[in-house]
Amino acid sequence: MAPALAWLTALMVVPCALVLALAFFRRGTYGGIEYTFTLENFGLVFDPLYAGIFLNSARIAGTATLIAVIIGYAAAYAIAAAPRRLQPVLLFFAVLPFWSNYLIRTYAWIVLLNREGLVTQLLRWFGYTGEPPSMLYTEGAVIAGLVYNYLPFVILACYAPLSRLNPELAEASRDLGASVVTTFRRVILPLTVPGIAAGAVFVFVLSIGNFVTPALLGGGRFQMIGNLVYDQFLTANDWPFGAALAMALIAIMLLVLMAQAIATDRASGHAAEARSNVDG
Amino acid sequence: MLPKREATSMAERSPATRRALWLVLSLVFAFLYIPIAVLVALSFNEGGLPTAWSGFSLKWYVSLTGNSEILSAALNTLIVALISTAIATLLGTLLAIGIEMRRQYGKGLEALIFAPMIIPDIVLAIALLSFFSMLNLTMGLHTIILAHVVFNLAFVCSVVRARLKSFDWSIVEASADLGASALTTFRRVTLPVILPAVIAGALLAFTLSVDEFIIAFFTAGAGRASTTLPMQIYAMIRFGITPEINALATIVMAVSITALTLSQRFNRGIIGQ
Repeated sequence: MAPALAWLTALMVVPCALVLALAFFRRGTYGGIEYTFTLENFGLVFDPLYAGIFLNSARIAGTATLIAVIIGYAAAYAIAAAPRRLQPVLLFFAVLPFWSNYLIRTYAWIVLLNREGLVTQLLRWFGYTGEPPSMLYTEGAVIAGLVYNYLPFVILACYAPLSRLNPELAEASRDLGASVVTTFRRVILPLTVPGIAAGAVFVFVLSIGNFVTPALLGGGRFQMIGNLVYDQFLTANDWPFGAALAMALIAIMLLVLMAQAIATDRASGHAAEARSNVDG
Repeated sequence: MLPKREATSMAERSPATRRALWLVLSLVFAFLYIPIAVLVALSFNEGGLPTAWSGFSLKWYVSLTGNSEILSAALNTLIVALISTAIATLLGTLLAIGIEMRRQYGKGLEALIFAPMIIPDIVLAIALLSFFSMLNLTMGLHTIILAHVVFNLAFVCSVVRARLKSFDWSIVEASADLGASALTTFRRVTLPVILPAVIAGALLAFTLSVDEFIIAFFTAGAGRASTTLPMQIYAMIRFGITPEINALATIVMAVSITALTLSQRFNRGIIGQ
């Protein structure tokens, strides 16, 4: 046990603490680090220029999260409704792409969306003759890539509570005269919020810190926080600012995790209420 | 009390609902698999272009074998994945046993083990880069291995722990009472029970390591000597689409998917973690 904990401490806790410390130092005139205490790196994070990138990242990540949750929930619902013996197989194949290489999955979208890619070919096949539409290097392409990459996790997270759902609850609700929509909104949805929250947190956190997808599918035109951190460390050589950005990323992650905990907590209250609605 | 009934299956739903549910499934699976399928198909396309199918050919795979950059990257990836998996499997398994045996553990410990799985890759990547350069450590394959063990160890630990949850520790005590040494007890009692999970964890770690790009990219150091396969693929993708990438991508995907399928066979439900 001790060697593993030592490994994690030496190669995760200490380096992360170092980044935190780094964020309070000044950038040297010629790059490098000047060891004087300052808060200006954090001030810079809130500079309109960078705050704009944060908001932009949050918007892109938020859109991807919303789409992934809607598609993922529908898919999980359909899997949970499939014949019992098929469910593990369907779930396995829904999650399988998630375990293949991230870069390759992103690259697959370059192949689909480039000017002479499959989508353009399909359009031509349907009789389209104009200029090939530019789909690659757009915000839409970045969002599509994020949804594609993280969808399997949402399916997995939503499937867990959906498969445990007691069908008698939904039946009872309908017997009591509730419509399908009301039953879904008042009974099924509250009971499955923990799955939705877990899936949403995962997609949002991984999307907002992503730098590969914006770089490859956005063609570098859509800066996200991940790209900004990357630039500070590998091109701009301003490590203290890069460290402050990384800490901001961690702060966002912790906030989102807290929101998830609250949503899950509330949901267990609602779930009890949902049960008493149909029991009573 | 009545036995709990099975969840409403598709069979009990109206035909319209049933059709709608199958439609959703077909669309989602099409979305998940068409991009990959196109990539794989193009890798066998004689002409190599996405515009026209000009016949089945293995020539792009053959051309990979002549590319020394790709071969050396593949070798580097194999070295990193094998060594980091071996270390992570050993440490992760011991950690899992240590935690589950004591039963009492603090939230801090849980957070420490959970952190490598949730911390954004880019943050761990820059943290390790800062750390290694502060120590004036020359970076290369060895630093990538050190880094990969961090998250691999956490994944192995969680897979083995899941298995140990249902482990009856009294048989360990019984073995000790009968005079077996701690090592013999581990070898003859504990290990046989957790072995499937250990193998599953190792296969998972291997896959993660083979596919990992961001942390390797930041901890590989300067120069091309320690380029791994994902780094090579990233560099190639930035130059555009080539039939060689399609072939290489197909091979890498086949390796990960095989390792993961094997892992799943050893340990049912591991993917759910």
